[in-house]
Amino acid sequence: MANGYRIVIGLEVHVELRTNTKIFCSCANRFGAEPNTQVCPICMGMPGTLPVLNKKALEYAIKAGLALNCNIASFSKFDRKNYFYPDLPKGYQVSQFDLPIAHGGWINITGEDGQPKRIGITRLHLEEDAGKLLHEGTDAFSSLVDYNRAGVPLIEIVSEPDLRSPEEARQYLTELRNILRYTGVSDVKMEEGSLRCDCNISLNPVTTDQYGTLVEVKNLNSFRAVQRALEYEVERQAALLDSGCQVKRETRSWDDSAGVTRSMRSKEKAHDYRYFPEPDLVPVAVDQAWVETIRQDLPELPEAKRKRFMQDLGLPPYDAEVLTASQELAAFFEECLAVYDDAKTVSNWVMGELLGYLNQEGLDITASPVAPKQLGELLQLIADGTISGKIAKQVFVQVCQTGKDPQTIVAEQGLRQISDSSQLEGIIAEVLAAHPQVAEDFRSGKEKALGFLVGQVMKATRGQANPQLVNELLRKKLQ
Amino acid sequence: MGLYDMPINNLNKLIASGAVQATEVVEDVFDRIEQVEGKVRAYLTLNKEAALQQARRIDEQVAHGEEIDPLAGVPVALKDNICTKGLRTTCASRFLESFQPPYDATVVERLRARGAVILGKTNMDEFAMGSSCENSAFFPTHNPWDLQRVPGGSSGGSAAAVAAGEAVYALGSDTGGSVRQPAALCGVVGMKPTYGFVSRFGVVAFASSLDQIGPVTRNVQDCALVMNAICGRDPLDSTSADIAPPDFTSFLTGNVKGLRLGVPKEYFAAGTDPAVADAVRAAVDKLCELGAVAEECSLPHTEYGLSAYYIIATAEASSNLARYDGVCYGRRDEVRADLLEMYLHTRKNGFGPEVKRRIMLGTYALGSGYYEAYYLKAQKVRTLIRRDFEQAFQKYDVLVAPTSPTTAFKIGERTEDLLAMYMTDVCTLPVNLAGLPGISIPCGFKDGLPIGLQLIGRQFDDGRLLQAAYAFEQNTDFHQRRPQLDGTGR
Repeated sequence: MANGYRIVIGLEVHVELRTNTKIFCSCANRFGAEPNTQVCPICMGMPGTLPVLNKKALEYAIKAGLALNCNIASFSKFDRKNYFYPDLPKGYQVSQFDLPIAHGGWINITGEDGQPKRIGITRLHLEEDAGKLLHEGTDAFSSLVDYNRAGVPLIEIVSEPDLRSPEEARQYLTELRNILRYTGVSDVKMEEGSLRCDCNISLNPVTTDQYGTLVEVKNLNSFRAVQRALEYEVERQAALLDSGCQVKRETRSWDDSAGVTRSMRSKEKAHDYRYFPEPDLVPVAVDQAWVETIRQDLPELPEAKRKRFMQDLGLPPYDAEVLTASQELAAFFEECLAVYDDAKTVSNWVMGELLGYLNQEGLDITASPVAPKQLGELLQLIADGTISGKIAKQVFVQVCQTGKDPQTIVAEQGLRQISDSSQLEGIIAEVLAAHPQVAEDFRSGKEKALGFLVGQVMKATRGQANPQLVNELLRKKLQ
Repeated sequence: MGLYDMPINNLNKLIASGAVQATEVVEDVFDRIEQVEGKVRAYLTLNKEAALQQARRIDEQVAHGEEIDPLAGVPVALKDNICTKGLRTTCASRFLESFQPPYDATVVERLRARGAVILGKTNMDEFAMGSSCENSAFFPTHNPWDLQRVPGGSSGGSAAAVAAGEAVYALGSDTGGSVRQPAALCGVVGMKPTYGFVSRFGVVAFASSLDQIGPVTRNVQDCALVMNAICGRDPLDSTSADIAPPDFTSFLTGNVKGLRLGVPKEYFAAGTDPAVADAVRAAVDKLCELGAVAEECSLPHTEYGLSAYYIIATAEASSNLARYDGVCYGRRDEVRADLLEMYLHTRKNGFGPEVKRRIMLGTYALGSGYYEAYYLKAQKVRTLIRRDFEQAFQKYDVLVAPTSPTTAFKIGERTEDLLAMYMTDVCTLPVNLAGLPGISIPCGFKDGLPIGLQLIGRQFDDGRLLQAAYAFEQNTDFHQRRPQLDGTGR
């Protein structure tokens, strides 16, 4: 789409930390409360109030930093970022400028060539969120402000300009979200604003290594929007460059319904944030022993889990990718595996039947009506020949709907597979008698004809016949 | 001597014994206020009903035979940048003219817990920016020793109230000398504790890295008693020190034998009134007479203090005052145009000229391209000044200097000459830059106007200052003189 140009993308991701209380006061940190019910003089920035750092927020920032392979600073501090906006009660945001809590990390994605690609993380810093402006029910001269979000702890994660396509950007975001979700430091829900993303993108001719003019894209409310906005920008900037025009250094806003970016403000008029060290907070001396404790506490992260699923369990990359998309799904898979140890079969059922059902019902894996043990037992029933795979699918749906164990359902409904040849021979004789022509076709070499006959036997036994056995018996009869 | 004029200790004993009721003390102080406030104008808000109520509670405790705290029943005035729950806190600014904090400052909470009786809120330079109380948005306060003159600032209302007998003691805040300088100009005791000794929670911030609350009293013993009440770690202030304060009254021994005094020559630079210099040198001699040893010393970076201070303090102020934007509380000028217009009108009409000047100075100093040249450089100077003190304190226990280069000046005299006004704090602001404790006590008079002696100590060695100050005070009578406010005044 942009022949002759190198695409350079870097992402700035803001993630709200899931602490019980806000970063500098004891107000609850909870999404969705009535406006201005989770506020106090401190997060409202009232005169004379002072911030006190929530240690849990620091711990979560360190945890996120470690999960993203960052170096954790032994000495860090907070700074004030000064600007006026009604959602910012103090007229400045407490953030970190030159000594972020973490820096120099990376995560791996799969590059354009299918090989693993390392994307650098420049820095991760801790800061406070601002409130939210509401324009509903107001006239043209006023807005309402909800300060519930003001003072919610945020981490900002800045990537290196290592991403070379919108698709890589999407992958990076997905992996980043998964890692953070695994660590439990955030809900990382873009729709609730607990994960927000701004993009920096530039194009330059492949003939040079020099970066092109950088454009910032904001107002991206979904992963899809990120990818679409970047694709749009690639086209737009390439078209400009192709026609000999220059790309303007500016901030643009994504209009999701129109599918375009629009100029917000030029960078020449950029804010001067007048950063300086926050005098109301003491610098943070990070105890390395504490960092090690937090490191020990990290769960197995998606990449390691994927590797293990592929190397130790022999799963294909696609399966490993799908199963590790969330910690809960991976845990479901592994619990299932503890009952029935054929990894690929379990994987097929989890990705196929289970995810299919959950998707159809709009349920999360954590709300699965089937317990991992039940699915394992169901697979065991197939393996030991008690039921056929086809029956198993019906049983699965019933487990979902009733919550009963597979064995119970099989017993109650007499679904046990007929594996007794004496029981089947009579039925087979009837089927052959009813379809002499088909039998003749098979004898004359039409292999396909056998499938029809097996189907007829299965139908006659309401699917309970052991298909393998039916197959064998039919062949014997027709020889 | 009226009740209003008695030391904390004596009043408290009278109340505790039942000889005098706390309500009588409050009534007596309010009588005094009625008598002289018209001339002095120390208060922005009076709180008589609540004060009487608090006094009644103390009286009930005494009637029930309960023990009361050493500060119980004693009336106090609070500088109007110290937040008081439900009692308006204006910072002498139009911006906060009707602002009623829903919380008490930690110091107020501590005083209330000890049974202190809050008389009201005292006048000050707007947002504590000034050295004369003339920057109050409401009215200037007059020096009780000469009503034509300023009481100093920014805690001018607190110092004038205590000097005039309108409060037994007061709290002020000291960012560059704002407790010590008005104490000197009003002939009372004013102390700035070590930075971090007193919680700043609830003190409306001017310059966060410099602000510190301190007592204004009529004698050193009162000062020690108030220090006992206000010092100590506060979990709501991250910059408050985790150091258990001593019993400051234990330093009131009267003994200074072997105490090593340093007299920094830079604090007697050109511009120092010779009468002030003489009084301070005489005070040094007096302390030596009592057994201390003194020697001239040098704090070589002193001359850069003023510049560094006016960069750091204004930079922090420009940010601290950004919250006054008309959105959440305080003044808002309804302009049905757009957000920017609302901001501009509100801040233009809400702030006085000195506050605007300092916001602009600070904004400039932090601006991109200027940060290194101004703010960062000033921080380096601050480090050098701190080192000067550290070196001096290897040889000396206490440094002795004037508090203010001159006695109280006339109202209006320096309002046109800002540098002259800023120079008023030249002897006090290095102490804030270094985060050290300092105290000003009366040490003489010139033409009937008080002269202040400044003692500067090591970090968290506040007790040593009280020790030296008390010994000096017990052997002089400057603290016993009172301004003549009866009749028409001067």
